Amino acid sequence: QDGPDPLITEVQDWARYTGAGVDETPYGLPIRFESDVIRRNVPWLTADPISSINFTPIHALDGTITPAGCAFERHHSGAIELAKPDYRLMINGLVDRPLVFTYADLERFPRQSGVYFCECAANSGMEWAGAQLNGSQFTHGMIHNMEYVGVPLKTLLAEAGIRPEGKWLYVEGADASSNGRSIPLEKALDDCMVAFKANGEALRKEHGYPVRLVVPGWEGNLWIKWLRRIEVTPGPVESREETSKYTDTLDNGISRKWTWVMDAKSVVTAPSPQVPVRHGKGPLVITGLAWSGRGAITRVDVSTDGGRNWRTARLAALGQRMAMTRFWLDHLWDGEEMLLQSRAMDETGYVQPTKDALREIRGENSVYHNNGIQTWWVRKDGSAENVEIS
Amino acid sequence: EPLGLGREALPEEIAAWDVDVMPDGTGLPEGSGDVASGEGLFQEKCAACHGDFAEGLDNWPALAGGEDTLDHKDPVKTVGSYWPHLSTLWDYVHRSMPFGQAQILTPDETYAITAYILYSNYLVDEDFVLSDRNFSEIEMPNAGGFIVDDRPETEYPVFTAEPCMRDCKESVEITMHASVFDVTPTDPADKDKTDPVSKTEEPLPDPELIAAGEKLFAKCKACHMIGEGAKNRVGPVLNGTLGREAGTRDGYKYSPAMIESGITWTEENLRAFLADPKGFLPGNKMSFPGVKSSGDIEAIIAYLRAQP
Repeated sequence: QDGPDPLITEVQDWARYTGAGVDETPYGLPIRFESDVIRRNVPWLTADPISSINFTPIHALDGTITPAGCAFERHHSGAIELAKPDYRLMINGLVDRPLVFTYADLERFPRQSGVYFCECAANSGMEWAGAQLNGSQFTHGMIHNMEYVGVPLKTLLAEAGIRPEGKWLYVEGADASSNGRSIPLEKALDDCMVAFKANGEALRKEHGYPVRLVVPGWEGNLWIKWLRRIEVTPGPVESREETSKYTDTLDNGISRKWTWVMDAKSVVTAPSPQVPVRHGKGPLVITGLAWSGRGAITRVDVSTDGGRNWRTARLAALGQRMAMTRFWLDHLWDGEEMLLQSRAMDETGYVQPTKDALREIRGENSVYHNNGIQTWWVRKDGSAENVEIS
Repeated sequence: EPLGLGREALPEEIAAWDVDVMPDGTGLPEGSGDVASGEGLFQEKCAACHGDFAEGLDNWPALAGGEDTLDHKDPVKTVGSYWPHLSTLWDYVHRSMPFGQAQILTPDETYAITAYILYSNYLVDEDFVLSDRNFSEIEMPNAGGFIVDDRPETEYPVFTAEPCMRDCKESVEITMHASVFDVTPTDPADKDKTDPVSKTEEPLPDPELIAAGEKLFAKCKACHMIGEGAKNRVGPVLNGTLGREAGTRDGYKYSPAMIESGITWTEENLRAFLADPKGFLPGNKMSFPGVKSSGDIEAIIAYLRAQP
């Protein structure tokens, strides 16, 4: 440094003149300097942005709660505007009393809350055949983690009264795609929630305002947005979304169906291709996220040498079931190349596998449910790239 | 104990929303449709995205072909090669298609389109008629191609072991770089630096009117794309519409009425067309009732003009 810092020795404009008044932005936005922290789309993935997906900028976030404004979106016929007065939820099928609820009705039921991750089954799906996209936002950004408030699904089902022949639910949305999916009754009665608030505020339009289904630990496609109908059925409907999509084709051409659970997974969000190390050697915070659809994250290990040696990272807080966990590894970087990896373990004892271990069982055509260990190659200059290793 | 909230769902309401069809055909309405009429309907309502022969255009799904590819690299998953149940096809077409105009198809039309998609997969003959009565006789080729999630047996035992922490492998080599594919989208911030937006010389109309038009254009978006990277969809791309001859967009399948109209999209013609599409040009494909407010029409035209 050459002499005193003028940012300190000279009076800056912000120290002399006044800033914005309280009502300048009644519902706040991020400061303009953070304008690069946004959801991003990969245009070649889909035919049209109306039926498409974008990615949460997980590389630029810390903690565990995803701000709604940058939480990924997945629409099948676009995000619709459905006002609360126009909202209706029907429960029909194998029930004693087919019912219609208004939004105001839902707010009168006893509520619950819970923090849950919502991950698209296709998250990391572009990486099956090898390293493709440079950035944790693109490889792992089809996920968000929010605190929901709503009514337990079992409470609403009890209001209608499930008949003994009812074994499944068919749930659908009010949008043009309707995105209908079948859910076994057991899951519905366990922990599913009909939610109307996320992170304290009303659901955003793109996340299903005014009401969406929350299906903890299970693939995002089941989290029906603009939820309009719940039908109790004797069996699964085998809709388009649960047969032609969201089924996982194995090497031998046979496909797995009903692969609802998201297995334990983690990723180093920084350093990563979008977050190079700019400070050279010395203290470096390696951080990332871990989650499991089968329970709480109990441990995350981090390797800087491509999986030869591992160190257990610090968890920001005790893992919560089916919610994201933040990990940090306080590393003293020697300025040499690193092959950064993270490996999550959950309360069932499941250890996040390598991508090759997954491919050995499934081949490369699964599209969905790629929870393999991610590798970032950090060069001496601090830049990073998505690679695969032996 | 029920709280007594909500009200009873009326039969008409249940009938309106409960339209799903189960694999055994439960939920199918009475009706029928043949391959030939299905082909006509498909050309009119589906081919803009799925191609004349259900082969799929651009990134839109192919509905036919792909036989015997499921155990190959990059399998081609179509109705014929992959879908296990015919009910799924009927249900999806009837409920969610055409894209941007869901639920306009009658049961007979849905039977006909379903029959045509079966025909395009060589699963039925050209004189085939599909109905609620013969529906369950159709066996889909890949019906036996699915197993219930077996991860608890095949994976969880393998992936549940105390992990290695020290000297877990001898050497590590990089085997693949994402930069080789080079498919990561450019950061918008970087793009701005290298590709400065050029300022147009000609003054554009009232920005507020254009903004209002952009909002109103939401209705058009169901069928039309506009702006950078726009492609033909159910309706043609609308970039540079002002001053263009009607029915001349490359790669879009226009109605004969539009091709033969001989008109140019002047403001005057656009005004008349937007107010009453069918009245202005009978026989054209745009199934949109028209824009009532003349102020709205001016805003939409201003927006279209601003999209060169």
